[in-house]
Amino acid sequence: MLLGIVKGNAVCTMKYPGTQGLKLLVVQPVNKHLQPLGGLQVAADTVQAGEGDLCVMVRAREAALALPDEKFVPIDLALVGIVDELEVRSDESFKLTLQRGWNPYS
Amino acid sequence: MILAKVVGTVVTTISHPDYKNRRLLVVQPLGLEDEAPNTDFIALDNTHAGIGDTVLVNREGNGARQVLQNPNACVISVIVGIVDSVYLQE
Repeated sequence: MLLGIVKGNAVCTMKYPGTQGLKLLVVQPVNKHLQPLGGLQVAADTVQAGEGDLCVMVRAREAALALPDEKFVPIDLALVGIVDELEVRSDESFKLTLQRGWNPYS
Repeated sequence: MILAKVVGTVVTTISHPDYKNRRLLVVQPLGLEDEAPNTDFIALDNTHAGIGDTVLVNREGNGARQVLQNPNACVISVIVGIVDSVYLQE
């Protein structure tokens, strides 16, 4: 699962059977600091997101499972939540590398 | 499953029904010092983990559906354990 920012919407008149009525949004996948990750992608919307919203997205087979009715459709990215608040600590707050030998965490 | 550090929290009021009553956390995979760092992602919490905890994350849909006991859950990444210690051969 990953974060994305809605940049616009896509309209298709010809769609695969079962995907009619789906809202398609153009999204920019981002990392935890909201920096872009790769290029723009198109996602199916299940939460009525709008332009500029920061969203939680799900990839792969689970994207089709997120849809309300049809579950066996060629959809590989879906919006499943609208983010109200994102709290992320800076990278320096934690040790993010594993050391050889014992790494105690508690 | 991968080892990761919880580095943040995500609050969503409007979300898919499968995501209700559980928290979403931002996790950063751990790696060796000489490895390139992996990109962070979002995981659903099943263990009451918090920021700063080192956790075990299942990143596969079928495993996630078993954990959540919902055969149609649209979830890929689930936190399934809190790590106490890790030993790596010297």
